[in-house]
Amino acid sequence: MVPLSYYLILSGILFACGVTGFLIKRNLITIFMSIELMLNGVNLSFVAFAAQWHALSGQIFVFFVMVVAAAEAAVGLAIIIAVYRTRETLNVDQINLLKL
Amino acid sequence: MHLILFLIFGAVCVAGAVNLLLQHHPIDSALSLVVVMGALAAEYLLLGAEFVAAVQVIVYAGAIMVLFVFVIMLLNAGEEARSGGSRVAWIFGVPGMLIGSILMAWILLKHSGTSRVEIGALPGSPQDIGWLLFHDYLLPFEVTSILVLIAIMGAVVLAGHAQSQTRAIEKKEG
Amino acid sequence: MTPNLHLWLIPLLPLAGAAINGFLGKRSSRQAVSTVALVFSGAAFAMALWVVSQFSSLTLPYIETLAPWIRAGAFQVDFAFYLDQLSLIMLLVVTGVGFLIHIYSVGYMWEEGGFYRFFTYLNLFMFFMLTLILASNYLLMFIGWEGVGLASYLLIGFYFLRDSAASAGKKAFIVNRIGDFGFLIALFLLIKHFGSLNYAELAHVISPLHIETHAGLFTAIGILLMVGAAGKSAQIPLYVWLPDAMEGPTPVSALIHAATMVTAGVYMVSRSHVIFDRAPSAMTVVAIIGTLTAFFAATIGITQTDIKKVLAYSTVSQLGYMFLGCGVGAFSAGIFHLMTHAFFKGLLFLAAGSVIHAVGGEQDMRKMGGLRTKIPWTFWTMTAGTFAIAGIPPLAGFFSKDEILWQASRVSLIYWGVGVFTAFLTSFYMFRQWFITFFGEYRGEAHDSHEHGGHGHDSHGDDHGHGHGGVHESPALMLGPLVVLAILSVVGGWVGIGNRFENFLAPVFHSTATISADSFDAPAVSTESTSPESLSPASKSEESGKNTELLFTAISVGAGVLGFLLAWQLYYRRPELPTEIAAKLGGFYYTVLNKYYVDEIYAAVIVKPLIAFSSAVLWQGIDRGIIDATLDGSAEGAREVSDSMRHMQSGNIRSYAGWVAAGAACIIVFMAWMAVGTR
Repeated sequence: MVPLSYYLILSGILFACGVTGFLIKRNLITIFMSIELMLNGVNLSFVAFAAQWHALSGQIFVFFVMVVAAAEAAVGLAIIIAVYRTRETLNVDQINLLKL
Repeated sequence: MHLILFLIFGAVCVAGAVNLLLQHHPIDSALSLVVVMGALAAEYLLLGAEFVAAVQVIVYAGAIMVLFVFVIMLLNAGEEARSGGSRVAWIFGVPGMLIGSILMAWILLKHSGTSRVEIGALPGSPQDIGWLLFHDYLLPFEVTSILVLIAIMGAVVLAGHAQSQTRAIEKKEG
Repeated sequence: MTPNLHLWLIPLLPLAGAAINGFLGKRSSRQAVSTVALVFSGAAFAMALWVVSQFSSLTLPYIETLAPWIRAGAFQVDFAFYLDQLSLIMLLVVTGVGFLIHIYSVGYMWEEGGFYRFFTYLNLFMFFMLTLILASNYLLMFIGWEGVGLASYLLIGFYFLRDSAASAGKKAFIVNRIGDFGFLIALFLLIKHFGSLNYAELAHVISPLHIETHAGLFTAIGILLMVGAAGKSAQIPLYVWLPDAMEGPTPVSALIHAATMVTAGVYMVSRSHVIFDRAPSAMTVVAIIGTLTAFFAATIGITQTDIKKVLAYSTVSQLGYMFLGCGVGAFSAGIFHLMTHAFFKGLLFLAAGSVIHAVGGEQDMRKMGGLRTKIPWTFWTMTAGTFAIAGIPPLAGFFSKDEILWQASRVSLIYWGVGVFTAFLTSFYMFRQWFITFFGEYRGEAHDSHEHGGHGHDSHGDDHGHGHGGVHESPALMLGPLVVLAILSVVGGWVGIGNRFENFLAPVFHSTATISADSFDAPAVSTESTSPESLSPASKSEESGKNTELLFTAISVGAGVLGFLLAWQLYYRRPELPTEIAAKLGGFYYTVLNKYYVDEIYAAVIVKPLIAFSSAVLWQGIDRGIIDATLDGSAEGAREVSDSMRHMQSGNIRSYAGWVAAGAACIIVFMAWMAVGTR
């Protein structure tokens, strides 16, 4: 008998770690992995709520989130590879062609 | 019992997540992420979501993370070098998230009331999930399949160019 | 059955002339321009004569309404014209003398540049002046008032390439404006308290009012009107523009600054007699200002060496007489003097112009002399004018000036005394001018035929040098009006014999309701001043009054003769004496010579501080420091804000991420707040 809030707090911690990693890290791939971490945190809260409300659609949604995450990871990594080809670096601070 | 198991696997999750932040080499971060996903799968099981737990291990930890590791090795990403960083991220971003999450946690703790989850609360068997998926959520299902198709094509195109470019670079070096 | 006089034609004919000359004159010949000008101003004069012929069949006052103008609730002002005896006299004077001066100007200005411009402005002036005279309400009169000021500015600064002329024009306009300020406040008071600016309506509303009630209001209005009149008619303290106005061409000085425009103030005061009758203090102010100005200007006139400046100060002085007449309640005497003054002062100015023309542009009398034999027509006409202004009977000036002095003596002997002494001074300086200019040896430079026209652009006066030949008489175009005006100066006063003039104007100045029963004066104009004689019209005091009148007349004539003798002595018999006397008087003489330094005092006390204030406070402080700084500051501020916002677009992915995370955190906090708050 675990209070629901515990699950939600765990989810929140994972999400916060994901965001922090997104902000702190310099390597592109590590940043991407932080995004995955965020998604996982969200998944956990979905399942927790599904368990509480006895609604299976929560787990369905986790399913969809995973599909999207997979698609995103594939495309994103392809982009990273392409960027690496042109810039020769994975350091996010040096990928700043948007700068004025 | 439920609580103890929850705490154990929760601790593993958090440890993995923090380790992801602390490591310098991306491969170490990737491996800690795998650990996080595994622990999460256990959490799902505790909540009774069998199918989701299985899919988590198979798809997430087994395919997506493998993809990550593959790319890391392909690009030979080395240790992170120190670089400029961003003041905004450090000043606004990190503290912001910290504050936000602490606030959320506090609120949740204070106002959660008596809602409790039992161990194995909602058994999500494949039959049940399949039924819902193909009846109520048929449209999203089909749409996501198209999405995956597009993703495949995109990845092939982007990485395909890269392949020919890699060959060109190798020819130059070689 | 009152005929329709079409009074509106009288002002509009000169306006049409001005428009034609103004738009088409530049490319027309001089003949065409002068024909247009003369035709239209002559037509106005002809119409005025026709009005005279119709006059006896009119019910007076005759009011002709053209069109509505302002309708603001109960307040109403129309474009309307008003004719009664007073405006008839003014009309004749303005159109008649104006027409004569137009003729003269054709000859005088024939060789000047800007010929068409001159006649445009001159006709324009006639339009405004006639509007002023014929208006049936104060507002339309004010339009004419301002318009003649504008025309005066344009004409004084006619030789605008000359700095002194441009400054003189500015000075005239600005000093006029100061007077107009008083006039406007008076109009506002009239609107507020009586709800109308119409002469007829005001007379109707004000007449029943008793002299004791509203005394403060009437005094205020009266004094403010006098301020306006002082500006326009060059009285103390606003007279300083008139001597400078001599920068304009001589016909302008004759028409505007002698015969017509400067008399507008006198006309306005007379028109407002209904108000002044109920404000004895205001009347006293008018009389004192008039007397002081008359005396003051006469003293300055004694020392002047420019032929036109003498006449300018003389004009100021004579205007003072007119105001003295109005101030003691003898409005018709003031108007009488206005009329005769138009004749002889106009004549004197035109003759002076003829003299200047004769000597090739020189205006300094010290360089003239002995012109009597060389320009006989000019000499004889100017003589007529000089005798007229000195008040020698039976010429015009005698009758009008004497009437004013007599009426003034019945109020206070001080007015009379100063007036007589000023008459002596007037006679003295006029004959001084007469002797210096026309008698003795010719002291000017020799004018031979090989002298070039370029010499004529000397520093003073109008560019009138064309040294063809020596001293020569003026053409007939110029002499004709001189002769006419000379005749008028001789006979013009005879209309005043036997009180005919006052009786003619009596219906205008007669109060419609007796203010106090025992102040009604039978033969002369009713005066509400505190004069002891008005209380008892017994035949015995009439008899002794008549003897006193003869005595005073004799004294004033004697003063005129005395002035002649003194001038004869100093400037004909013993010409070396004046310089000796001047040297003996030393500093006092120099003060008078420099016009009592009034201009300098005004410059130091009023003009300089005003300019300093405007420059330091209004310009630097407010305009640059506050208004500009606010605008520049806001622009600067916008620029700085955007400059600091620019750094958000750094191209740095992590900073973008940081902003996103910060924003998300804010939203989370907000939502948590909302969630918690609803519990």
